[in-house]
Amino acid sequence: MGPERVIGNLEKRFPGEIVEASKDGEDLVLVIRPEALLRIMGSLKGPPYSYKLLLDLTCVDFRRDAGAFEMVYHLYSLDANGRVRVKVRLPADAPLLDSLAGLWRNANWLEREVYDMFGVVFRGHPDLKRILMYDGFEGFPLRKDYPLRRRQPKAVKGNST
Amino acid sequence: MTLEPRSERNTMLLNLGPSHPAMHGTVRIMVELDGERILNSEVEIGYLHRGFEKTCENRTYFNLLPYTDRLNYVSPLINNAGYALAMEKLLGIEAPERAQYIRVLMCELSRISDHLTSVAAMGMECGAFTVFFYMMKAREYIWDVIEFTTGARMTASYIRIGGVRADLHPDYRAALEKAVRETRKVLKDVHGLLDGNKIFLDRTKGLGALTPEEAVSYGWTGPCLRSTGIRYDVRKARPYLVYDRMDFDVPLGANGDNFDRYMVRMMELDQSLRIVEQTAAAMPPRAPIAVGDRRYVEPSEAIRVSRSQRVIGPVRLSPNLEGSEKDVYRDIQAADRRWTLPPKEDAYTTMEGLIDHFLFFMKGRGIRPPKGEVYFSVEGGNGELGYYIVSDGTDRPYRLHLRAPCFHVVSALERLIKGRYVADVIPTFGSLNMIGGELDR
Amino acid sequence: MSENYLTTKIEDALGWARKFSLFHYPFITACCGMEYMSTACAHFDLDRFGAGLTRFSPRQADLLLVVGTITMKLAPVLRTVYDQMAEPKWVVAFGTCTVSGGIYDNYAVVQGIDTIIPVDVYIPGCPPRPETVLDGFLKLQEKVRHQKQEWRWGRKE
Repeated sequence: MGPERVIGNLEKRFPGEIVEASKDGEDLVLVIRPEALLRIMGSLKGPPYSYKLLLDLTCVDFRRDAGAFEMVYHLYSLDANGRVRVKVRLPADAPLLDSLAGLWRNANWLEREVYDMFGVVFRGHPDLKRILMYDGFEGFPLRKDYPLRRRQPKAVKGNST
Repeated sequence: MTLEPRSERNTMLLNLGPSHPAMHGTVRIMVELDGERILNSEVEIGYLHRGFEKTCENRTYFNLLPYTDRLNYVSPLINNAGYALAMEKLLGIEAPERAQYIRVLMCELSRISDHLTSVAAMGMECGAFTVFFYMMKAREYIWDVIEFTTGARMTASYIRIGGVRADLHPDYRAALEKAVRETRKVLKDVHGLLDGNKIFLDRTKGLGALTPEEAVSYGWTGPCLRSTGIRYDVRKARPYLVYDRMDFDVPLGANGDNFDRYMVRMMELDQSLRIVEQTAAAMPPRAPIAVGDRRYVEPSEAIRVSRSQRVIGPVRLSPNLEGSEKDVYRDIQAADRRWTLPPKEDAYTTMEGLIDHFLFFMKGRGIRPPKGEVYFSVEGGNGELGYYIVSDGTDRPYRLHLRAPCFHVVSALERLIKGRYVADVIPTFGSLNMIGGELDR
Repeated sequence: MSENYLTTKIEDALGWARKFSLFHYPFITACCGMEYMSTACAHFDLDRFGAGLTRFSPRQADLLLVVGTITMKLAPVLRTVYDQMAEPKWVVAFGTCTVSGGIYDNYAVVQGIDTIIPVDVYIPGCPPRPETVLDGFLKLQEKVRHQKQEWRWGRKE
């Protein structure tokens, strides 16, 4: 299914939920509203679009310019060899979003990483905790206001130093 | 300790790692055991999180190239290529044809090195030390070829935005033929050692199996996905560089178990060797360095002469710049001066070259792509290696995110080892080919 | 204990024995592990220096070879492994990430393992060539041979 038809279909099924739709080369780029995330992703995963592979899930900190976090999802369809990039804007003071762990199994770890690095909380996630940083680390490293070199050494016990 | 006993039976909690001899780096697997059988497990990663993405936001586009080498460190040049191709898509430039062939050659040599290391480590953990030694021997010959051209055995930072750093060494063919010959001999030996080996088959056949639907649901790509029977290879689906001119097959497995993953990697080694031979045969000719009756100008004399007039004649460069002389430059680097370094002869002897060189490295100048974003993926050793780069018009990336293939592959580990014995964890984990630098970034 | 001909000869013998039978525990994390594998294998053999046997347990090793970047999350584990080793023990920092944090100067990486454990030999390089590793190894052997050989340890103050 070509990108234009996908956009047309989605706009008919979800009127008002798609903020922006464009093309990036052969890929489709959609900006959608956060409330419609689960519904639109569920329909993108199933037939007729069949974007069954969740390639990636990440976040960009645009709080300084746009006052928002932007979540970016990349989906891929094995049958149609098509890629779509879905973007969702979250307000800076309430970074809360539905979890996709029920639709795709790798979303579990990917969302844990976004929580660890940016502090975005995912509703409905089975086990939202840090994955890359250690317990006891304070702050969210990939946010723009976290300085690169702020180290928080973990307590190391030893019998002599 | 985050894993709590979740069943009423008298169970034992066992901790594997993070420093364990199954040489995959640092991953911690906590298992809840009933005797030898695993009831529940939890995989804890992040022990090699080196802050790659945050560091890249503080480096210029040219400067962050060495960081990309250290991601999937067994196939470093593929990471370089992925980054360079993503940036070239963002900038809208293309490397010259000879550079593309050289890139394919280097990528496939890296892929051979990746699969050799992966199968060797898996064999070693199952007790087959001989396999490890044989494959490391073959890997040394591959690294010799890479070292002749790039100067480094492993982390080369060779594939740059716009092309490659230097042309191939004039005698690379002999080393390449030797490497291919030795690798083929080693592969034949390893097939003989492992394919029919009862111990290896018992430890790998039927274990760690995943259905194709589950594999897609876990986001698997690369050899692990192909072992379940799904044909998805970025080199065939979205061809980049000159892969569409190469003739190679994509091996598929049937069951998605450990043995199929091992077999897919072994077959892919054969295919990569085929691509290497085709690339070497089809390499566009190098621009002739016609010195003829011109005399090489020594560097000190060139600098002295350049103070008052333009230097006529080829300047002799230092030996570590071999391959990046001005004559070959149009074959290895795109011509656009905004995104690539000027040749060293120009930088040292002409005013324009010096200014170009300076502006390339100055803070705030240099490579400043237009505002926008790009996602580009290449076929890494483990699967789809994607770079998502957001640019805000300055000389540093606003956000650089890596789609790490083994992050998705390892996220299925808990599902794969549930209900199995402790001893099954080792070949299962070995067949997934987890690379710490890519997993934790 | 007073020094005389017998004790110095015993010291020489102990030093010679210890330097040619180093059992190392490779604490491998990152890219340097690849060069460690190359050094230990057939091309650049580590076995010819008597150190070919890799002990996969710190209790059985006397050389802690820290290979690859150590992050803040892994630092307590490194300290625990070091404490589990019995005397005499030596530590080699393999690769610039262990020497000084390497190219990673950020929130997650320990800037040199000598902030956590005492180091005997530093091998710089990113990653170091196997010849560099063997050079570092020979320097360690010199150190082991010529240091004061203890064969009884009391409680550390």
